[in-house]
Formats: sequence, structure tokens, C-alpha cells
Amino acid sequence: MNSNIPSGPLADKWTKHKNEINLVNPANKRNIDIIVVGTGLAGGSAAATLAELGYNVKTFCYQDSPRRAHSIAAQGGINAAKNYQGDGDSNYRLFYDTVKGGDYRSREANVYRLAEVSSNIIDQCVSQGVPFAREYGGLLDNRSFGGVLVSRTFYAKGQTGQQLLLGAYAAMNRQIHRGKIKSYTRHEMLDLVMVDGKARGIIARDLVSGKIERHSAHAVVIASGGYGNLFFLSTYCMGANVMAAWRTHRRGAFFANPCFTQIHPTCIPVSGEHQSKLTLMSESLRNDGRIWVPKKIEDAVAIREGKLKPTELKEEDRDYYLERRYPAFGNLVPRDVASRAAKERCDAGFGVNKTGEAVFLDFDAAIMRYGREKALTSGIKEADNTLIRKLGEEVVEAKYGNLFQMYEKIVDENPYKTPMMIYPAVHYTMGGLWVDYNLQTTIPGCYAAGEANFSDHGANRLGASALMQGLADGYFVLPYTIGDYLADDIRTGPIPTDSKEFDEVEKEVLERINKLMSAKGKHSVDYYHKKLGKIMWNKCGMSRNAKELQEAMTEISELRKDFWENVRVPGTADTKNQELEKAGKVADFLEIGELFAKDALERNESCGGHFREEYQTPEGEALRDDENYKFVSAWEYKGEPKDAVLHKENLVYENIELKTRSYK
Amino acid sequence: MKIYLKVWRQKDASAKGELVDYTMESVEGDMSFLEMLDILNEDLIAKGEIPVEFDHDCREGICGTCSLQINGRPHGPDRLITACQLHMRSFKDGDTIVIEPFRAKAFPVVKDLIVDRTSFERIQQAGGFISVNTSGQPVDANAIPIEKEFADKAFNAATCIGCGACVAACKNASAMLFTSAKVSQFALLPQGKVEAVERVQNMVRQMDLEGFGNCTNTGACEIECPKGISLENIARMNREYLSASLKG
Repeated sequence: MNSNIPSGPLADKWTKHKNEINLVNPANKRNIDIIVVGTGLAGGSAAATLAELGYNVKTFCYQDSPRRAHSIAAQGGINAAKNYQGDGDSNYRLFYDTVKGGDYRSREANVYRLAEVSSNIIDQCVSQGVPFAREYGGLLDNRSFGGVLVSRTFYAKGQTGQQLLLGAYAAMNRQIHRGKIKSYTRHEMLDLVMVDGKARGIIARDLVSGKIERHSAHAVVIASGGYGNLFFLSTYCMGANVMAAWRTHRRGAFFANPCFTQIHPTCIPVSGEHQSKLTLMSESLRNDGRIWVPKKIEDAVAIREGKLKPTELKEEDRDYYLERRYPAFGNLVPRDVASRAAKERCDAGFGVNKTGEAVFLDFDAAIMRYGREKALTSGIKEADNTLIRKLGEEVVEAKYGNLFQMYEKIVDENPYKTPMMIYPAVHYTMGGLWVDYNLQTTIPGCYAAGEANFSDHGANRLGASALMQGLADGYFVLPYTIGDYLADDIRTGPIPTDSKEFDEVEKEVLERINKLMSAKGKHSVDYYHKKLGKIMWNKCGMSRNAKELQEAMTEISELRKDFWENVRVPGTADTKNQELEKAGKVADFLEIGELFAKDALERNESCGGHFREEYQTPEGEALRDDENYKFVSAWEYKGEPKDAVLHKENLVYENIELKTRSYK
Repeated sequence: MKIYLKVWRQKDASAKGELVDYTMESVEGDMSFLEMLDILNEDLIAKGEIPVEFDHDCREGICGTCSLQINGRPHGPDRLITACQLHMRSFKDGDTIVIEPFRAKAFPVVKDLIVDRTSFERIQQAGGFISVNTSGQPVDANAIPIEKEFADKAFNAATCIGCGACVAACKNASAMLFTSAKVSQFALLPQGKVEAVERVQNMVRQMDLEGFGNCTNTGACEIECPKGISLENIARMNREYLSASLKG
């Protein structure tokens, strides 16, 4: 696998590369079309920037507006190596933390570039009018996130993702207004069209009319997000899907590290069978919340049965297990470590809700600490505990008010008075379409950006890094690298859509839709999606073993066969039909699920979010195998997922020494 | 709980719609409102009927996709939340719930409970941005300090999720709260002041072209807004608009 990493010292690679790649002159850009699929942070920022440069851009999203992409739900923040706090941050430290946090399974050159452009992202967003949180002096505020020892996270209360997306959306709107972006909303990409081995267009469905459309371009950018919804229950939005990426994979793009999935430690626990999605509580809460379960099993049982209130349990009877196991990082260990530790305690019988799958996130200590500080700074000398608590609750409300309100609405308990209950849930996929340093997939002219690619987070993503990567790809990387490819296309002229290549792909798309519509079985799409989710969560979730992964592959393959014979899609294909939309998505989840299990089975080590029970230390920590598995798994499609062929991209570490990741 | 539903069914944009009765036999308080509709749809599919189409996506109150008028109120009876955050514990056994799409001339119905809000898109496209290109060398983010009071006010205006509840709540179907939130966000920030005159004129012109009604200060929009966007923003937009008109 050639990752096309530029030569030279790490810190100079990106500058050198930008100086050496081909440019397209402004007059020629007007003759070049680019399709961008997905309009979240990566797709939206890429589309706006490419249009500013002069290319003709067409964007596609299934939502009724680009502003609704699920980047909007990211709460906590965005990292940047600004060192505004003067706490020793630098591009190198951000790079180092990200590679270490990813458990040494990401590409050095890509991650360094990410750290290098991180500061520009903040500058760009502020100039767009993104209202980041500020201190009283008028300067930008920062906070800490898991897995690092500096404060480099910029935020806008609990809605950083929304504010950044609205910034990219505004930049898009400016270009839509100028006619440089044509925005296709309520549209879904159903397949990729290739001409002479190059990506030259897509087949899309207008979700309102049901009409199948052909769109051509000189290059196609896939920025359609991650595939975590294959677990059914996750923190993803309901519409998130892998269709664009998976269809691209089926046309020849390699799919990298599908088993690297992030399970986020602080989500609201599952309440019942009717549940449709899980809600994340921002990792920023771990700045102030302390995570614990009872020390004694009888106390855990009493709490589960409602006989004992958590607030009644004495300090010495509580087990702050993260602080106990990881004294250096405590409650701010990376997500994979925090999630596994919660599972370990719950599996051992210390869970605190009815299902036994929840731990406490407690703000009492923070409330009292902030309250005492506030009393002092307000000149109140003899504050009693009631007043201190009141003052402290006000400080916590100012910091996390919207999150606390959301928790109360969903769970119907007041988190200021009783500890929150949390449990890990599927949140992000580090795996995705394999891309080289230029973000190009193995299909010439087809690029992947944001969560849809695999590039920067290795086996585990650090908090506040997804927003950073999405915007880095879209604003600062792709607009340069895509020009290098398009420089050869200045004489090509418009790509016709009446070619045999478009005919053939459209025919296949229609056959697939007809097949879905004509299976007149007895089960709904959700029936299959829930079954798949259970297999994934039980056998490919927070811990995995060879036997269960093999079982998962067989079960998913059988479920897929059943689906195509027995799924029931009501209505017709020539109108708005949400069940048909879901059916197409679940059909692809049923394929990638099997590849996911196969990838996890082949990787005989534990690293980051991938924990194999066979490979752990006596203390239960992950046991990485750098000798045999220091590579990216890039899978080539060969029909059935089980027949996929593995290609290895060996990872070379020239600037970082590989160590056992320790947060103790 | 047993719940009686009256749901707006409309085949497509040109069809005539009607309220259809459904009975939900065992609803639990911990279900979200949309999960209750999921169960209704599973029942309909099992019976071979066409499920009810409704817009939804993030299901955590932030994307602004859901557009349900529940018992005559946008997003239902609770304050400061969208329909996806509404839980069935807000209702009681035997209740009848009427579910309609958001109603406004500028939000035509697409199907069942889904409306077309592209009018909102065009208002944003007319001026809801700061004209700055992406480049590697913008001004350092801390070069212009912004007074916390204005930064916080700009943030509060920026929390609008573009759901359209303000329009659905207004007897005139006015989009003043929506439009003024974006105008205010940028008018409060030094980066946005440069284009303030053109922005307010262009956005207001587009808003009027889309067929939204006028503002008569009833304040229903503020009450129903899931993000609590303040009426102050409308006052600020009116000032901006007036001063823009004077500047010509």
C-alpha cells in the first residue's frame, strides 16, 4: 500500500508537499465539477472552500438542510494547539497525544499535519463569527479533555459541534447564493459511477419524488460520516448510514480498520426495549464529575432495588475506580480505558441501575468546591453548607446547564441532587475508507474526508478531535490535494451522464430497489436492524474473542440472507418512502457488520477500542502486539464480506517511540 | 397507558389530508414521543398499512429536524425542548393527542407530518454569513478580544436550531425570531459588523418574499422556541433594519 507520504522531516512535510503539488489556474477551475456527498463538518467545509476556489460544487445530503448533519450533536469541544493557556502545549504535543491516544495505530505524517493546521481552524471559525466561549478579559476560554495533560479544548457551551457546523453552513450558504454550490437536500447517494477507472459521478435518489438521478463530476468526495449505527443503539442520529462509503468500497475503494469503533463512556443508560437511540453526556463532564460504584456488592444490590439512595452511601464505601486504577489521569483517562473500566465493574456485579449496567457520575464534590470558591470571591465569610451548595450549583449550571437539563428530561431525575447514571455506548468509528496522505481512496478521483475516512485516530479517538479532523480535512487539506489530481483534468470538459457506465450503474441501482420492494416477507426493517445490533453489541462490542467473532460472522451472514428474502417494505419506490430508505441502509449494515467481525478476528492483539479477551495483561489492560500488528488493515471487496482480501499498510514510527500506553 | 392519537395523514404535497384515529394500547412513560410513533409504525407495517412519515434525526434535541404540532403546540406541551425530547410521562392514561405538521404558508406539507422548510434555507443564503474565505493565514483568534457580555449574547442568538417552531406558533406565521437570531448573532460580533447593513436588508427582503407574515409582538415564538431565543433579538433586528434604511 502506498500512502504517498512526502519525504523530509515530519514538521516540514506538509509545507513541502503544498509547494510541490500541481495547481489548477482560476480560469480552469470554472470548468471542473466536484461532487461532495455529506454536508457535515468535513463535507460542508470542503464544499464551501472548493467553491470559494472557483470549482463548481454539487453537495448531497439526506437531511432537509446541511445544517442538520450530526456534527451538530458534538457537545464538548475542538482541540487546537494554540497554547493560549501557556501550559506547554505545542503542535508536537498535540501530535504526540493523538498518536498515543490512538494506541499507535495511526499514520505519523497525517496526524502531524492535523496538529499543524489545528490553530488555523480556530482562527478561521472566529473570523466566520463562531461564538466560542470567552473569559471576562474577552479572550477565548479553554478546558481539558480526556487523555491529555494540557487545556487545549475550545468550546461553545455544550454545543460546539452545532456552532462549528453553522459556521461551515454559513460559508456554504454564501457560495450557494453565488451559484457556486448547488445543494441537493433530501437526496441520497446510491452508488458511485466510474469511467475508465476514475470516479466520475454518482447515482442519487431524490427522497421526496423517489426519482433516480445521474450526476457527473471530475472528482467525488465522500464525507458521509461513520457507520456506528450498525449497532442499532448508538449516539448517532437515526439517519446516519454507511451507504455512500460502502457503495464506494464495493466499487473498489479499500475499507480500513472496520473493527476500530469508539464506545463512549458517558452516555445515558438504556431504559427499555422500546429505545431507539442513546444520548451522550459530554466528556467535558469528566472535568468535574467523579465516577464511582459502591465498594460492597450488597450496597450495589440495595441501590439497584431502590432500598438505598446513592447520596446516603458514605465516602469510604464508594469505589472511585478510575482514580484508584489510574491515579495520574483519574477520571480523565481516554474513552476506551474509561469504558472498559465501567464494563469491568458492572460485569463484576457493581452496576447501579435496574439492568445492572450503569455507574455513577457524581458532581457533589465539584458543587461544594465551586461553592466555597464562589463564597470567598463574593466576600461571604461565614457561608454554611446550604449556601455553599447553592452557590456551587449555580457555577455548575453555568458550565453544564444544558447537559443537566437534557439528562433530567430523559431520565426524570435531578442531577444536581443525585448522581447521574451513565454507561458506555457506541459513538464513533475510527475505521473508514482507506485514504492516502492526499485523502484519496484507492479509486482515482474519489476522496474521503472526516469520519468517513480512517486516517487520523488510529485505534481510539481522543475527545474533541473529531471536530478538529473534520474541519482540517475540509478547510485545509482537501482543497489543496484535490487540485493536484484535477490539474490533469483541465481539458476533459463536462462528463456526460448518458454513457454506458451511467446506464449500467443505474440499472443495478434500480434492480436493488426492486428487489427490496418485492421481498414480501413478514418482518419490518427495524426487526432486522435490532437483531444485527444485538449481535454486534454482544459479540463485537467492548470486548471480543475469537469464538464469538466467528459466531458473529455466521449469524450476520444468515441474517442478511433472511433479510433479502423476508423483509417487508411497504408502499412504493416512486414516492417519499422512509421504510425503503431504511431498508437500503440496513442492507449495507448487514454487509459491513460481517467485515467488521472478520477484521476484529484477524487482529490478534488488543489496541485502543479493539479489546480481545485473549490479549490482556494480568491487570486486565490491553496487550498490543507491535511486532505483528503494527499495520492498517485495508480490505478489498470480493463479493461476500467473508471473502474480502486483506492488504496491509505498515505503519512507520520515525518520530515517536512506541510504548505501552499508560495512564497510571 | 392507553393513548388515543389523531394523526394528520396526507399522501403528498398535492393531496388533501385528514386526521386519522389510532389507539396505542401500552405506552410507557419512559418512551420518548417519537419512540411512541415508532411503535405505531411497526404496528402499521405488521398490518400491511403505510406507516406515518415524520421528520426526525438526532433525537437529542439539537438538529431541529422534527416538526410536529402536538395538541396545537409546536413540539408539544413542555417548554424548552423539541418533540424528540418530549417523553410520554408528560401525558396520562386515556389522553387524546392530536399530531399535525407545522402549519405555515411558507412550510408546505411534503407528506403526512413532514414539511418543506427550504424557505428558511433561502433566508440564510441571502445573507446569513460573514464573507471570509478559507485561508491558511487569517487573523489570530485572540487578536480581537470580545466583551464577554456580547459574546454570550451572540452565542444565545446562535443557538437557534432552525426548526420553525417560532413560525408554527405565530398566528401570522412570521419568521422574525428565526431571521433575527442570525442577524443578531453577527450584529453583536465585531467580525459581523462590516456587512451588517447589507445582511439585514437582504435577509429581511428574502423573508418577505417567502410569504412569512408580519410580527405583531404576541411573543408566542419566544414561549415555544425549544432553545429559548429571546424576543430581544427581534427588537435588535428592527433597530438594525431601521438604521440600515437610514444609511440607505
